[in-house]
Amino acid sequence: MNRSEAIKRLNAVFCDVFDDDSIKIADTTSAADIDDWDSLEHINLISAAEDEFGMRFKMKEVSGMKNVGEMLDLICERGN
Amino acid sequence: MKELVYPFNGIDIMRRCKKLRKELLSDGSVRMKKKIAVLGGSTIGHIVSALELFLLNNGIEPEFYQSEYNKFYEDAVFGSDGLDSFAPDIIYIHTTSRNLKYLPDRPDISEEEVQQRLNDEISFFRSIWTALEKKFSCPIIQNNFELPLFRQTGNYDCWGLSGQSAYINRMNLLFAEEAVRNNDLFINDINYLSAAIGLEKWHDPEAWYMYKYAMSTSVIPDLAYSAASIIKALFGRNKKVISLDLDNTLWGGIISEDGIGEIELGTETAVGMSFSEFQSFLKVYKQYGALLTVCSKNDEENALAGLRHPDSLLSPEDFVLIKANWENKDMNISDTANELGLLTDSFVFVDDNPAECAIVEEQLPETAVIHLKSTAQTMYEMSRSGFFEVTSVSGEDIRRSEMYSANVKRKAQQKSFTDYSEYLRSLDMKAIIGDFQPILLSRIAQLTNKSNQFNLTTKRYSEAEIKELSCDPGYIRLCGRLSDKFGDNGIVSVVIGRIEQEILHIDLWLMSCRVLKRDMEFAMLDELVRICREKGIRKLMGYYYKTPKNNMVAELYARFGFALISTTENDDSVWELYTDKYTNKNNVIKVN
Repeated sequence: MNRSEAIKRLNAVFCDVFDDDSIKIADTTSAADIDDWDSLEHINLISAAEDEFGMRFKMKEVSGMKNVGEMLDLICERGN
Repeated sequence: MKELVYPFNGIDIMRRCKKLRKELLSDGSVRMKKKIAVLGGSTIGHIVSALELFLLNNGIEPEFYQSEYNKFYEDAVFGSDGLDSFAPDIIYIHTTSRNLKYLPDRPDISEEEVQQRLNDEISFFRSIWTALEKKFSCPIIQNNFELPLFRQTGNYDCWGLSGQSAYINRMNLLFAEEAVRNNDLFINDINYLSAAIGLEKWHDPEAWYMYKYAMSTSVIPDLAYSAASIIKALFGRNKKVISLDLDNTLWGGIISEDGIGEIELGTETAVGMSFSEFQSFLKVYKQYGALLTVCSKNDEENALAGLRHPDSLLSPEDFVLIKANWENKDMNISDTANELGLLTDSFVFVDDNPAECAIVEEQLPETAVIHLKSTAQTMYEMSRSGFFEVTSVSGEDIRRSEMYSANVKRKAQQKSFTDYSEYLRSLDMKAIIGDFQPILLSRIAQLTNKSNQFNLTTKRYSEAEIKELSCDPGYIRLCGRLSDKFGDNGIVSVVIGRIEQEILHIDLWLMSCRVLKRDMEFAMLDELVRICREKGIRKLMGYYYKTPKNNMVAELYARFGFALISTTENDDSVWELYTDKYTNKNNVIKVN
């Protein structure tokens, strides 16, 4: 999947999950940058992204993801 | 909010959870506040988030206590300061098969040992329920157990002594037996839910390994919806009426065009069978106390002819009101609500015509609308909707339809009298008014949770609280039953007064809207004053707490002859009456 399309759709997921339309994600965005990004919302974010892109992250990927860039890499590789 | 009624998109609900919550909380509606403790045997975070949305959408604003991860047993049995001071109105115990401790673990296990294990398992849960009941006297909602996805022994798993499915099925049976015996225990049937959704979709072992969720995150809204259905039913927020279209809803075809001989019903054709099955499905709702009405664009003559079709399982007598005319359907539903003394938010409207559904949705957003595309789909939607979730069955529920029908007959009789009190006398009314009897406690608790309109304080009581109160000498309790020549209305009014030396504070005064304008409230007051005098109580204090629904009783204490003491900004008021100044007010009902 094309990265610019993926980032657009993933941004919409972030806006919904954190209910904040002003969010602009970048490769370096991480939990430290978004106030509400706690472990509970992380689960929600993963589920919503998996649904949006019709794919599943592997367990190792979920625990190893450090920022949005890494998430996007996986989405571009396997997402629809 | 339509996206929060079944069938819903669970994944979308979780994704937009925060936004939906904000929208609900700012929609200006007034909700009852309830404290809900969720004790979990696995992670509960998202379950609570989803539960909150569904409750907000049903007029309940919850405040939550959440147990620490997997501390459901400790919180319940040993107590925790957090839970104790929270004082919940309801407790939800979210456990699953992951929490079973004694599952058979070897092939050669004996029946005696399985019995012993089942016994230990049920004792473990029983100790939780008993401890919670003792401390909080409130309803407890308990998940039963879902079947496993993996079966190493294949079909043997469901019948072999060592089978896990076999063990789980036996546990579920034991839970059901407990719930039958224990009026404050309600089972959230995740065994059904996981089967209906599909075990493949329900189970997600990785969600357990990673987050300790006992099921897939995608089915959490389904789980929460099911628990919310029980909670809202316990707090009297069930629907009450199913308002039905006729042509292509209760039978196949259009009776005014096809004629009575051509409409499809009965076992002759597949289409006929589908409508017959739908009719028998609806009849069960009626048996459990839902009211059926007709809302159809038809001449009344045709409507009645259709319902008298030899293969029609529903007859005109099964409906408390039949509106077959050419008015708009939203008008007909509003009129039906008025005539029955109910609010349009307690209606479910079913119609095959999308345009009619759209009009009702537009004009009466508080009414639930089901667009019938096929009877099979509608039956499933209705049964998953939770609109008529049953939490107990009282004699009142079973006779409700009959009682409303009698009311419609009374209305007809009223038209032949010009003098209203003459009409009341013609009804030949008899009331039995007395203290709470043990057999009535569940109906009384039900009334305190269901009555919204003729209710001065809208104080809700659980069955356990009513039971406790029923033997407390510090209270005067009255419940009233009214019958007349058209039938028995059952228990229709409840009054609870708290004695403080020579003063009686009226904590609760409610009456069913079925018996409005029959002077039953006067009969209750006469009896209350009589008992007060006997006990040397000199003064009654009445309280009116305004809600969006109880405007009809804002002036009740004034009509009773109480003097107004004070009014607050939000129109709550306090009233008093000296018992020595009171003269009896009822002269149309014969009491006791």
